Amino acid sequence: MKTMLGNMKTRTNLVTYLVVIAAFVLMQVFNSLGMLSSSQRGYLVPVCVYISLAVSLNLLVGVCGELSLGHAGFMGIGAFTGVVVAAVLKDAVAGDAVRLVLAMIAGGFTAGVMGFLIGIPVLRLRGDYLAIVTLAFGEIMKNIIGNTYAGIDGEGFHMAISTSKMKLGEGGKYIISGPLGATGVEKIATFTMGFVLVMFTLFVVLNLINSKEGRAIKAVRDNRIAAESVGINVTAFRMKAFVVSAFLAGMAGALFGLNYSSMTASKFNFNTSINILVFVVLGGMGNILGSVISAAVLYILPEAMRGLEDFRMIIYAVVLILVMLFTWSPKFKDAVSVAGDKIKGIFRKKKEVGSNE
Amino acid sequence: MKKFIALLLAAMMVMSMFAGCQSGSEQTATTAAQDQPTGEQAAADTGAAVKIGLTGPLTGGNSEYGLAVRGGMEIAVEEINAKGGLQIEFKAEDDEADGSDKAVSAYNTLKDWGMQIFAGAVTTGSALAIAAETVNDQIFMLTPSASAEDVALTGSNIYQMCFTDPNQGASAAELMSQKWPDATIGVIYDSSDPYSTGIAEGFLAKAEELGLNVAVDDAAFTADNKADLSTQVTQCKDAGCDMVFLPFYYTEAAQVLTYANTVDYHPTFFGCDGMDGILNVEGFDTTLAEGLVLMTPFDANATDEATVSFVTKYKENNDGKVPNQFAADGYDVIYALYNACVAAGIDGSTSAADACALLQEQFSTMTVDGLTGKGMTWDENGMISKAPAAVVVTDGIYVPIS
Repeated sequence: MKTMLGNMKTRTNLVTYLVVIAAFVLMQVFNSLGMLSSSQRGYLVPVCVYISLAVSLNLLVGVCGELSLGHAGFMGIGAFTGVVVAAVLKDAVAGDAVRLVLAMIAGGFTAGVMGFLIGIPVLRLRGDYLAIVTLAFGEIMKNIIGNTYAGIDGEGFHMAISTSKMKLGEGGKYIISGPLGATGVEKIATFTMGFVLVMFTLFVVLNLINSKEGRAIKAVRDNRIAAESVGINVTAFRMKAFVVSAFLAGMAGALFGLNYSSMTASKFNFNTSINILVFVVLGGMGNILGSVISAAVLYILPEAMRGLEDFRMIIYAVVLILVMLFTWSPKFKDAVSVAGDKIKGIFRKKKEVGSNE
Repeated sequence: MKKFIALLLAAMMVMSMFAGCQSGSEQTATTAAQDQPTGEQAAADTGAAVKIGLTGPLTGGNSEYGLAVRGGMEIAVEEINAKGGLQIEFKAEDDEADGSDKAVSAYNTLKDWGMQIFAGAVTTGSALAIAAETVNDQIFMLTPSASAEDVALTGSNIYQMCFTDPNQGASAAELMSQKWPDATIGVIYDSSDPYSTGIAEGFLAKAEELGLNVAVDDAAFTADNKADLSTQVTQCKDAGCDMVFLPFYYTEAAQVLTYANTVDYHPTFFGCDGMDGILNVEGFDTTLAEGLVLMTPFDANATDEATVSFVTKYKENNDGKVPNQFAADGYDVIYALYNACVAAGIDGSTSAADACALLQEQFSTMTVDGLTGKGMTWDENGMISKAPAAVVVTDGIYVPIS
């Protein structure tokens, strides 16, 4: 029984990796054949970013059972850190790819540290406090970044909270200029790096879920008192999930920031956090492949509906409601599980027949 | 927990539905109007219409600006296509006033459509994200209302129809030093908005240079706490300011004026082009705006023929809404592009890159008369130079300051 369960998990994980790899190869082939329009090419990197965000949030919401409403805040920290690091390292590091990786690690690290800091007080509490604190955290970060000025000149890196306090020397260049956000960013993000990020995120999250730590995290989610009684340090395991989730969001943010020549802090507001949460909820809580698919589909959907002109956002909302109604209805779930069993049954029969022969 | 999330998501969706509906209902009128020129176009059978694209916020919180620009542009396109000769095909895409992915994808959609000239974006954030793309693609960009200096400085193919923010702030300071040299000045601004911050910075720099007496320069608010601006007004009152500079949009300005009246504080208020529209705010007592000074390139109550005809057409197309400066900027952008295309011989068969080079040549030398100014020219950076016009609200209408 145990080995069968283990096999099933490995198989689901394998399917998740394969789906992502197949999608990447397919897109690369289409792209090299020139079959993608410029808008379709434009979706490639943000889709990877949103998949990583959804998967990392799923670790927190689905696996750990904590609600976070500030995922965009971590993404924003990662994005702005990544942009600054990439700009500062421009002369020091030769290759764009190396610089991009360093920027992403720096973005992830800053976001992870911030997650750790706010986790210290909040994760000790019971109840939905994390939702409230992360919501506030996201908004605070948005406003702080929106008032930050950072620049680089001959003497090095400067940072201040108002322009009057910051005077750049000869040949100085602003990297972040307050409400204008980051401007003149060198676009070094690539689809390949997006794919690597998705694979890395999947690797980290899936391995964590299926490890000893993952089982402890799930135990805390299912019954905190029972978990405590067997000696699991509840705060520490919740913290692990939270920091890993923040770290991955920061990396995704850095890739996002380096894919556009400009971005404003207001992008990383409550709406973006909710958007990512929608991807997770509609993909299924704790279902990693579901998050991957729903993030990709739901990100492209409003763009694909541009032909509907001004009605697209209304239709998008209707589609979301319908998907939620259907996937959460017991009847639909029954139908899916029946269909799943039937398919499995066919395969099993074939196998049995095959083994008999 | 699941229930909580379900409720939260349902609430968000209902909200987004309402946001969508609001703009949706306005759409029907404009789409109906949009069909008209395409019909005529087919009748004219030119085949080689110049494709001009616009991106702007057509849904969501900033849709007011995007819809106004689109409305103004549609009128210009209608007029030009009715004339015969060079035809224009016009398409607007929604960028949700986003500063990164949504803006670029709206622009990419237009590129796939075959856009030759880009007449956007409406907001500064989106324009900055798109500007670098237009430089790569060599597509000419003339933005109606993205006013940050950085937009025009991104590349030599980018031009602006509106004043740049620091420039407008500097003109305001100059006007104050001429008309009210002894005033004690307070500045309230939105530190989360590049437009407002840009003007405030330009103003403060020029005010220091001219030796104006600025008593309050840190009364800032952000988009998240603009529901109540009483603190900022009180700060100016306590500092004894008899002149308050309000470089932001009229919706917040209406709040400031209302609150100042309730605390019996009556300094001279001074606004910028974003203030245009304050006399049409619903539920706002317009007598409070008496004596308000504002710098606006466009006055919907002007009696010259061009403005009257534009205002009439705009009201017809938009359920009786009075056009603001965004609409007028949009109208001027299309006419400026049309004039340049005719002069340079650009038509539907010209490639975007060729059109870009030809238009740059035209715009560096040509002079345009429009609704938002006479004798407008552009400098080598693509920034506009036109005479700043200031008006004072007297008996509910704009009266030019002599």
